[in-house]
Amino acid sequence: MSVKDLYPLAENAPDRVKTPTGKLLSDITLDAVLAGEVTAADLAITPEALHLQAEIALAGGRRTLAENFHRAAELVAIPQDVIMETYEMLRPGRADLEMLHAQADVLRSIYKAELLAKFIEEAATVYERRGIFEKRY
Amino acid sequence: MANTSDTNRWRRFSDWDDRMLRLDLFAEEEPEAGFSVFKSPYDPTPAVTIKGGRVVSLDGKSEKDFDILDEFIARHHLDPDLVEEAMAIDDGEIARMLVDINVPREKLERLARGMTPAKLANVVAHLSSLEVAFAYSKMRQRKTPGNQAHVTNAKDDPLQLAADAATAAELGFDELETTMRVSSNSWANALACTVGAAVGRGDALFQCSIEEAEELQIGMAGLATYAETISVYGTENAFIDGDDTPWSKAFLTAAYASRGIKARCTSGAGAELLMGFHEKKSVLYLEARCLCVQRAMGIQGTQNGGVDGAALTASMPGGVRELMAENLIAVWLGLECASGNDARTSESEIRVGAKITPLLLAGSDLITSGQGSINKYDNTFNASLFNGEEIEEYLTLQRDFEVDGGLTPLDEERALGVRIRAVEALTAVFEELGLADVTTSMIQSVVFASGSDDTESFTAGEVTPISEAIKSRKITAVDVVRALAKRGFREEAENLLFMLKQRVTGDYLQTSAIFRGGKIISALNDPNDYSGPASGYRMDEKRWADVKSVRGTLTKESVLATEALGKEKFPDWLFDAGTAEPGEDRHEVVIGVSPAFGTEMHRTSAGHGLPDVVNAIVSGIEDAGGNARLVRIMHTADTSFVGLSAAKLSGSGIGIGIQSKGTAVLHRSDRLPHLNLELFSNAPLVLLDHYKLLGRNAARHTFGEAPEPVVVPFRGEALSARFHARVAILFALETEMTDPKAKPIQLTLSPKGA
Repeated sequence: MSVKDLYPLAENAPDRVKTPTGKLLSDITLDAVLAGEVTAADLAITPEALHLQAEIALAGGRRTLAENFHRAAELVAIPQDVIMETYEMLRPGRADLEMLHAQADVLRSIYKAELLAKFIEEAATVYERRGIFEKRY
Repeated sequence: MANTSDTNRWRRFSDWDDRMLRLDLFAEEEPEAGFSVFKSPYDPTPAVTIKGGRVVSLDGKSEKDFDILDEFIARHHLDPDLVEEAMAIDDGEIARMLVDINVPREKLERLARGMTPAKLANVVAHLSSLEVAFAYSKMRQRKTPGNQAHVTNAKDDPLQLAADAATAAELGFDELETTMRVSSNSWANALACTVGAAVGRGDALFQCSIEEAEELQIGMAGLATYAETISVYGTENAFIDGDDTPWSKAFLTAAYASRGIKARCTSGAGAELLMGFHEKKSVLYLEARCLCVQRAMGIQGTQNGGVDGAALTASMPGGVRELMAENLIAVWLGLECASGNDARTSESEIRVGAKITPLLLAGSDLITSGQGSINKYDNTFNASLFNGEEIEEYLTLQRDFEVDGGLTPLDEERALGVRIRAVEALTAVFEELGLADVTTSMIQSVVFASGSDDTESFTAGEVTPISEAIKSRKITAVDVVRALAKRGFREEAENLLFMLKQRVTGDYLQTSAIFRGGKIISALNDPNDYSGPASGYRMDEKRWADVKSVRGTLTKESVLATEALGKEKFPDWLFDAGTAEPGEDRHEVVIGVSPAFGTEMHRTSAGHGLPDVVNAIVSGIEDAGGNARLVRIMHTADTSFVGLSAAKLSGSGIGIGIQSKGTAVLHRSDRLPHLNLELFSNAPLVLLDHYKLLGRNAARHTFGEAPEPVVVPFRGEALSARFHARVAILFALETEMTDPKAKPIQLTLSPKGA
């Protein structure tokens, strides 16, 4: 059986995915929501699910989509404000070479986000060469 | 009366000046100014050099000169293992493969991974419009076509948003996109559409288009299930002015996936031109760069096909062909494509209809990347190609071509039902969460409103505090689920929870995912497998039955029922008086009526009661000194033969033939059947006065005069469209009653012996 056959996970492999709090898909019911047993924290994707979706995408010949899912898997654990701060730094004229490298180190050391760190370092090199760090306001 | 003094001009040009078309602008190609469509002399020649598995030159630029797009494409799009093979194939050869049903989509997608933007652009430039559309139908990703709606209004009124979102979902739109007049109203708009989308069908994806960071937050709160504002531009300077880079956008793309939110990019021809950074390149080449960047980012899909630059591109020669060609590159690269058609590219309705047609025939993941489900003036994105006003035209095009454009005719009662439900559901949520009070009169005004001109509800200014409260109190979709359930909207609560549950599995993050009947369909489990006739997407019987049932469809039964209503108004008024014999009166005019005249059929297609028509003719005859005699012709229902038969019975040789639908002929006994004296062929336009004048002319013919024929004014109405379906059913009644052997029957206007 190919990993592609697991798709859609909700129908073909519901047991392979859990909520971040360890619940099964079948535990997410309206009654559970009303009883307070399921909260917004349950309705989120896990790195495991994203890696699985990446494998499925790759099996379907979509390498770049798979790479995006792997990067996304690293981002799951990263708090929203850190995501927004990193995104902001990647925008033109916001940071400089050192700042981006420092941010890459933070992601690598604190969040074990190796792919993202490399991605940011790659951006830093290109930004430096193309003058993207130049302040615009 | 323009131009009456300007004699040195054919006045047709003045007429043409008044057409809506003349409001459109047309621009010549001028590469220096950035106006070139498929090819600019400044476009690079396709080429790649690989050294040690690394791309060191791309489309004429060496590595050290790569701008941010080149660099990103070289590192993340191009597959070094495929480059040599793909780049070596002749452009024309690949173009032929794109339209060859024997070359599978997968094979072409593989080659695209080794092709540069210039190469992709050069290949599609070999295709005619028809070939582009055909290749698109083969290369598009999901087999089942879908569509997306714009749901906005001029007041940012959440009640109307909820009602319109529910209506759009009921129409069949798979995705609903909102935005706002006032940016601080985004949270309220998103919440309103969330509730509206949960009504009825309940599985439409929804999004709120706003600044990147804000949109992500709204998505995280569950008040959006997809995002579409990841804009990509085809030159470095345009990208920087857009305040992003391929890396920042790719990071954002991953951020959406990490929060379980579907995302697609947006790009399109003309954007760089509008932003003033076109580098003199063709719009197609620049869009090919955008699309390679998008694939490189790992986004699942794109909305392209001009989008904001669509009208600008359409102003250039071949521009509409280009818009389709860039859609083709998107799907060729394996991207979901929401294929533009989301901006009014012309003031001409003919150009609008023509614009949608090729893509409608080809099918698309989302045929428009936002069709106005609301009226034009309510569209905060600006008018779409098709809008609320024109939805029934779109539905009819689906029926005409037997294609699935994603929409289903709306049942009036059901539409009202979902509107009421949506507004009540949102009212309950507002009250339950203490966001706003809603009065009955507000609800009433919104439910029945065609657009915000008709509503007396929230104004944009009143919405802002609601929106701010949603944001500051960190209200999430789970709170909305609870509020709905608590107030008895359990089905809607279940629907919304279903959508939120999707982010646990991430199934809808895969390419071209939408929901139908609570099940996901995407390029993975519903792949487009077109390989010629009888393959690919075909509507099943049930779907076709839905699609074809546009409002007001006639059946024999419905036509006859309408006709039967007419009979009640006219008690028997024509009475048989035996077989009609030839007359001898030199000033007689025989009026021959058709078999069903006044018995089965009672009104002409112009709506005149048949007794009034007969009275008009008779009074015309008598006014001019003639004598009228009525006969029913039974052996034929054809006007000419009815008229000629009447003339042959007439002592003067002059007769009038008239069918139940009102078609009338003035005939003389010595003429050939179809060479009459006068004919009213456009029955729907004939007035009673015309019938009277025809009677008068008939009588004057009996005196040997040559009266001026009666002219029934015709102003170009599409009469056959208006009447033929109905007339054909009714006329069959007449022909069914004919009997080749039957003799004409003398008729009187009063019962025998009365």
